[in-house]
Amino acid sequence: MLPVLVGILFVTFALARLIPGDPCYIALGEHATPAVCSDYRQRFGLNDPVLVQFVRYATQVIQGNFGNSLRNQRPVTDIVLERLPMTIEITIGAMLFSTFFGIIFGIVSAIRQNSSIDVLTMVGANVGVSMPVFWLGLLLEYVFALTLKGTAFWIPPSGRLTSGLTLPSLAETFHLPALSGLVYGLVTLASNTVTFNALITGHFDIFRDALWHLILPCVAVGTIPLSITARMTRSAMLEVLGQDYVRTARAKGLRERVVVMKHALRNALLPVVTIVGLSFGGLLSGAVLTETVFSLPGVGTQLVTAILARDYPVVQAFTVVIAVIFVAVNLVVDISYAYLDPRIRLD
Amino acid sequence: MAVVPSFNDLQREPASKLAVRTPFQDTFRRLRRHRSAQVGAVVLGFLILVAIFAPVIAPYDPILPLRDVKRRAAPCIHLLGCPTEQPQHIFGIDGNSRDLFSRIIFGSRLSLTIGLATVTFAIAIGTALGAVAGYAGGWTDNIIMRVMDVLLAFPSLLLSIAIVAVLGPGLINALLAISFVSIPVYARIVRASVLQVKEQDFISASRALGASPLGTLVNHVLPNAITPLIVQGTLDIAGAILSAAALSFLGLGAQPPTPEWGLMLGEERNSVFNAPHLVLFPGIAIMITVLSFNLLGDGLRDALDPRLSQMGIKVK
Repeated sequence: MLPVLVGILFVTFALARLIPGDPCYIALGEHATPAVCSDYRQRFGLNDPVLVQFVRYATQVIQGNFGNSLRNQRPVTDIVLERLPMTIEITIGAMLFSTFFGIIFGIVSAIRQNSSIDVLTMVGANVGVSMPVFWLGLLLEYVFALTLKGTAFWIPPSGRLTSGLTLPSLAETFHLPALSGLVYGLVTLASNTVTFNALITGHFDIFRDALWHLILPCVAVGTIPLSITARMTRSAMLEVLGQDYVRTARAKGLRERVVVMKHALRNALLPVVTIVGLSFGGLLSGAVLTETVFSLPGVGTQLVTAILARDYPVVQAFTVVIAVIFVAVNLVVDISYAYLDPRIRLD
Repeated sequence: MAVVPSFNDLQREPASKLAVRTPFQDTFRRLRRHRSAQVGAVVLGFLILVAIFAPVIAPYDPILPLRDVKRRAAPCIHLLGCPTEQPQHIFGIDGNSRDLFSRIIFGSRLSLTIGLATVTFAIAIGTALGAVAGYAGGWTDNIIMRVMDVLLAFPSLLLSIAIVAVLGPGLINALLAISFVSIPVYARIVRASVLQVKEQDFISASRALGASPLGTLVNHVLPNAITPLIVQGTLDIAGAILSAAALSFLGLGAQPPTPEWGLMLGEERNSVFNAPHLVLFPGIAIMITVLSFNLLGDGLRDALDPRLSQMGIKVK
């Protein structure tokens, strides 16, 4: 865990160092004079040994300081706090969608093996993993925002909230004093997570509106993991349903529903949890891609702007933050094995 | 050299002798009987033909704008009632007055090349690293594999995006980034195979016969890693095509006027409401190509090594 985190910091540090060209000219523009540049290098310690620079960079990142954006001089941390919640909301929404429906489809295909439902689900799963996320997003936009316009099934194609709706920040709602450091970061993050903010402050109309806007992106992002989860649940269920204890459960006269849900599903869940955990990275990437389709103010839209504007501190910060989240989720998945399968704890 | 038996020979041969097949023939037989592999192979073969004969199939130039056409005009197919005096554009016209069908046909060349090139590059580097790590052991192994672990700690598409941020947007840079992030998987596969056979007698025998370490590695150790490499490679081609399309969609990969499917989607994403055909067809093209590699990869996995398909299921 720790070596990997240090490695992540090192890779992102190295990426910024590998950028062709003098960092001074990248930050200050091509017309910077040598005198200004030498002052700049002195100020940001670019003349120090690489190792010293790395340790300084790592210390700053751990303190939550990612420097300033080259484009508009804003602290990058603020940009991260502003953009990350949107991406996290999509990722979590897509994860819930894909896990819930993936497991249901998987169970149904397994207990009705080789039926038309099974064949349809498995063909659908194969097609589902082969679709580009952003393309599916565009198609959903077309169907739900244009074709179904005027019906009850119309879903807004873009944006986070219906225009006109605004949500006060948590600091305003609860009249918090000026915060700083980690507390400030966490409160801002929670405050910018529109669904969470609306829910705890009782703005249920805004909460519903935010969820409504999240439907299409989450379905688009969740389709690939849904296909994978359905396939995995099906094969795990098939394996478990053939076990002796399932036959015993049936033989002692338990209802089929109890056999499937209690005896089979619980034992089939372990590989499914693995897959859900593994697909988290794909979900994050998918969210980043899909935001641009639905014009949502998340990491993806900001990242692309930053890359095209060569705003490296922003790119660096988002890379670190997302990698750390990814590693943390994988850790949680590893821990959940032990909870789901006590045999692993003995090993 | 193998002698092809004549029909008479075949009749005279006892049945038991005929049934003996080489492992390769055996695999090929299983692959041919695998339904999804069949579908995948047929579709892929079709796509390869399309790519080879693109200039013959495509009615127009994929890059030069046409004159006298309406931009983003809907498809015009004579068979479906489009007036015959109008020129036929079966997928319609794109935002730069080009025939979309021709662009999609030429796009198949790019996508197949992208998939193959990125995976070949990643396999080459990954194999070298994995073989060195497994064969040398000790701190060499430790350093290489820890670096690979760190690379795997990033969601792969996001690491590619970060690398493109450093190298600068462009098709070649995007391909390098996509290859680079898939190196660790191959390094792990090869290292595992090397460790499996390293201590076995036939390796010692080869060394005792005076083969160089490199010769032993290439002739005796690496062939054991080929099966998982082929399976992983085929499935990764699908992933690489999707990633390349994604980077191009974001404007970080292929640049206009390249007929790249992801780029075509990215350029026309805002016309989804008034010219949906410009979004529909490139996406279908990507999906079919990716699907064919996925199906073939699944089939190969089942045919080459039935154990592999269960590896994902059995966690313990």
